[in-house]
Amino acid sequence: MAATVVTITSGKGGVGKTTLVANLGVSLAMLGRRVVVIDADVGLRNLDVSLGLENRIVYDIVDVIEGRCRLRQAMVRDKRLSELFLIPAAQNRDKSAVKPDDMIRICDDLKENHDFVLVDSPAGIEEGFRYAVAPADRVLVVTNPEIASVRDADRVVGLLEAAEMNPPALVINRIKPDMVRRGEMLDIPDVVELLAIDLIGIVPEDPVILASTNRGQPASLSPDGSMAAHAFHDIAHRLCGEDVPFQAIDEPGLFSKLVRLIRMRGDGR
Amino acid sequence: MKFLKRLSRGRGGSGAVAKERLRLVLAYDRTSVSPEVLEQIKDEIIAVISRHVSVDVSGVQVGVSQDQSESRLVADIPLAVRSTRRLDR
Repeated sequence: MAATVVTITSGKGGVGKTTLVANLGVSLAMLGRRVVVIDADVGLRNLDVSLGLENRIVYDIVDVIEGRCRLRQAMVRDKRLSELFLIPAAQNRDKSAVKPDDMIRICDDLKENHDFVLVDSPAGIEEGFRYAVAPADRVLVVTNPEIASVRDADRVVGLLEAAEMNPPALVINRIKPDMVRRGEMLDIPDVVELLAIDLIGIVPEDPVILASTNRGQPASLSPDGSMAAHAFHDIAHRLCGEDVPFQAIDEPGLFSKLVRLIRMRGDGR
Repeated sequence: MKFLKRLSRGRGGSGAVAKERLRLVLAYDRTSVSPEVLEQIKDEIIAVISRHVSVDVSGVQVGVSQDQSESRLVADIPLAVRSTRRLDR
């Protein structure tokens, strides 16, 4: 069975794309899927450190594109999960080293022997974004519940629509339930209503994420102790086509809103 | 108590302010109609309609509204007629 290529993008930087990709890669591999994660942020390599694989890199994606190695040689196997691979970004090059057709060709090659290819898109809407979404069967748009990030996410949704790609799904990252409760943060239904795309994940702000990234041990490796890790696993299940209810993020009243929200899903734009 | 809190939410909190501001910003972003262009459209509409009827220029409003599925240009153009009852007589 051919792999599904999922590109994770956001418009704005710093909203948690790379952390999401690392954790989804881990979660999907823990579900027994054969996964390749590609760091498409050429010049600003980061997915390797999120996964704790930074010391094992020999070749990178630009080496593959320019023929210095075979695709297989650039794939770093995760030491914890035997079916998780990383293709790192080049650190000393810029985005002009990769073209949309290169990404399509690489993903086509990977499709045959894997179940998921996750592409970590660079921030922005320029050429890095364009080559990252080029091979995508599905796109996840990550946003935080704050104005600038939702606005940039809307731009991305508009660009994907204009490119006639499949409608993207939304991940709302770094929700702070106590601030939502006090009315000092955009709420989940607000963001879904404004962006008018399907929701695939809600991830609460969680200090475990920073600690686990510090160690190069994605939180998803031990989902029990962490709300965020639980949320990443839920998204992984949804990517596999399962219908997983959204967790109530410890806020009274939120659950009933979520039920309403799920009913209004799929309205489209 | 929680019920009261939830009722009050959405009025005072900055979350609600953020939502309203975003709604407007996105409406403009999606249509790529800038406030200056809107102002120009408004002036031209007033000019065209004024050729046929008197318009209450100070009350004219032109804006972009946004809902789930579409953006629309909305113009509200009050006519400069003091009272409709006077017409009836």
